[in-house]
Amino acid sequence: MSDAFPDLDLGLPGPRSARRVVVAMSGGVDSSVTAALLKEAGYDVVGITLQLYDHGSAVGRKGACCAGQDIYDASVVAERAGIPHYVLDYESRFRESVIDDFADSYLRGETPIPCVRCNQTVKFRDLLATARDLGADALATGHYVRRVVGEAGPELHRAVDPGKDQSYFLFATTAEQLDFLRFPLGGLTKEQTRDQARRLGLEVQDKPDSQDICFVPNGNYAEIVKKLRPGAADPGEIVHMDGTVMGRHDGIVHYTIGQRRGLGIGGRKGEDGAPDTDPLYVIRLEPETRRVVVGPREALGACEVRVGRLNWLGDATPAGGSGGDGIRVAAKLRSAQASATGTLYRDGAAARLVLDDPQFGISAGQAAVFYDPEAGTRVLGGGWILGTGDRTGDAGKNTTSPRLTPAMPPRISPVSVAE
Amino acid sequence: MTTYLDYNATAPIRPPVIEAMTEAARCHGNPSSVHAMGRAARHRIEAARRAVAALVGREDVDVIFTSGGTEADALAVRGLGRETILVSAIEHDAVLAAAPSAARVPVTGDGIVDLHALQDMLEDTQSGLLCVMWANNETGAVQPVAEIARLAHAAGWLLHVDAVQGAGRLDPADLAEADSIALSAHKIGGPPGVGALLIREGLAVTPMIAGGGQERGRRSGTENDVGIAGFAVAAAAAAEERDAEAMRLRALRDRIGQGARARAPEARIMAGAAERLCNTLSLALPGVAAETQVMALDLAGVAVSAGSACSSGKVKRSHVLDAMFPDDPIAGQAIRVSLGWASTDEDADRFLHAWGAMRDRLSPAVR
Repeated sequence: MSDAFPDLDLGLPGPRSARRVVVAMSGGVDSSVTAALLKEAGYDVVGITLQLYDHGSAVGRKGACCAGQDIYDASVVAERAGIPHYVLDYESRFRESVIDDFADSYLRGETPIPCVRCNQTVKFRDLLATARDLGADALATGHYVRRVVGEAGPELHRAVDPGKDQSYFLFATTAEQLDFLRFPLGGLTKEQTRDQARRLGLEVQDKPDSQDICFVPNGNYAEIVKKLRPGAADPGEIVHMDGTVMGRHDGIVHYTIGQRRGLGIGGRKGEDGAPDTDPLYVIRLEPETRRVVVGPREALGACEVRVGRLNWLGDATPAGGSGGDGIRVAAKLRSAQASATGTLYRDGAAARLVLDDPQFGISAGQAAVFYDPEAGTRVLGGGWILGTGDRTGDAGKNTTSPRLTPAMPPRISPVSVAE
Repeated sequence: MTTYLDYNATAPIRPPVIEAMTEAARCHGNPSSVHAMGRAARHRIEAARRAVAALVGREDVDVIFTSGGTEADALAVRGLGRETILVSAIEHDAVLAAAPSAARVPVTGDGIVDLHALQDMLEDTQSGLLCVMWANNETGAVQPVAEIARLAHAAGWLLHVDAVQGAGRLDPADLAEADSIALSAHKIGGPPGVGALLIREGLAVTPMIAGGGQERGRRSGTENDVGIAGFAVAAAAAAEERDAEAMRLRALRDRIGQGARARAPEARIMAGAAERLCNTLSLALPGVAAETQVMALDLAGVAVSAGSACSSGKVKRSHVLDAMFPDDPIAGQAIRVSLGWASTDEDADRFLHAWGAMRDRLSPAVR
């Protein structure tokens, strides 16, 4: 497909020219194509770019403009598409809603996903409110996720391109927000999006996808956390699960659950005096005692996940209480991991997920997103991972099969990127 | 069609200015050249100096042409050779950025420099250069620069006045004692890219740009003679029309302010109790972010502004309103309406229509 494009109707009543749509334009290919296609489809499109952080200081260049190339790119695209474009100063909101939470989450020994927080707060709360203030009928973004109108209203579904699907990062979208939101790219592959960018002559057509968290352009998360929260660099002990002190570390912020490399400790001697060659992984982080607890790979496995601040988008709420039957779900526990089946038991905004098979490297601060286990594409809801096992936080307690060896990346990236 | 109410950002170029610039562009000649064509260009520039000095009623000044008001402010702050610099809290970024570590003189809730605080600061600090603008670009509040000049000189200070917004709108008698004055052509219907620093005769200025020694060594670079020709015509027109235009624009401004207040009792006029520029209205709609108001009005075809615009187009929070209303959200809820030579009654009507519709949709007082 190069020229033909699937129907871009946003399902808004009345003539398209009378329907105002605000497009959140990041300056990347996806949101640029979204804006240009909606304009082409006849809507009254308004582009808005959020300036979220001081680009000049993020890249460490003194005197550089706060805006950076992306904001410039967005304005060039808007000019070409013939739509009004505005840049909003969201620096303080972004710091309060996203960056501070990111740093605090690391201090709690968690592995945060700032992109979810950003969607949840500055984009779908604040920008959405501004879009309504401007008389818009919808807010569209370039996310790869589908909004499908079902019998009971709009549903959130995975994108058709499994490699680009961003539903994991959008689990916190409320039903009310979903009603106002549109995701025109959910039915496209990335290649189709780039084809459209070329057809439309957008300058950003060959711009690479962003790889890092936007406000940490060099990928050095520890550095920014240390800058924001000096205590994060306090040194402590690296301790084996069996109590043996293995060495020292210079701040738990440098560690993430499931991490193997870069522990800075040697192997141990076995009982026979020979080197114990089993690799060691970070099993858990204990912020109170500043301890990094390491152990063998099998100790990373867990069958039960505690989830908080659940956002439910499915039709029926899961059965309440631990005594209920629960409902069957396919759960995604990390952005780069395939989903695993299990049963979800809900208790108010909290929930307990019992997995059919143990999963490895589950980290507090990441999201647990639940999909329809049958059709497989619909997002039923999701929440934040509080921990594994019971409330003592004894990770690995539920591990029953030490010989299970699911694929484990040697070094799990601490965070993944939403757009 | 857009209703343009953003003259304090830039004004449309006056038709006679366009004619003068077109004519100057046809007569090429480097003002530094020895030959007749060079001398003719030199002659036009010297005539322009007199027109620009006349705009602020001063004959005892040297006029140094610059690339605009920003360069004129920077040249004063950096070039007058005073180590200690004191600035008002509501100065334009051109001054604040040229003197980043300067102490800031507070303003009252009406946006006027606090003269008691100023006097204390002048006496407590080793003398140097004081910078106070003639009229504020966001609120229009007119500063008592004549009185401030007396205070400054009594304490041994020099006074630099950024007169970019006041020129052509206020009585220049106020500027009689200023030691240096910054002007800009494009705010008075001249072309952008031209300005001037006027300095009291005998004061030394260290150049920021060295080279061919133009402007008597104080600002090198071949003169923008086409722009300067336009500046001169704009300055003459502004000076000539000043009294009549001040009356006309004040009436128009007050019609807008009163119309808004009649529609929305919750609306507030910033610096309303102060003497203000005839053309400037800072209008707050409590509970509605200024940037939202600017966007909503733009989408309705009305061009106004808020705060100061960054080169990205982002609306920056107003340091002027923050200085007037510390820790008060109202500082982020005011837009600036500014009028000029081509503004009409119809502009005021269209503004009030669009603003009223926006207010009915967004103001918490209506909801």
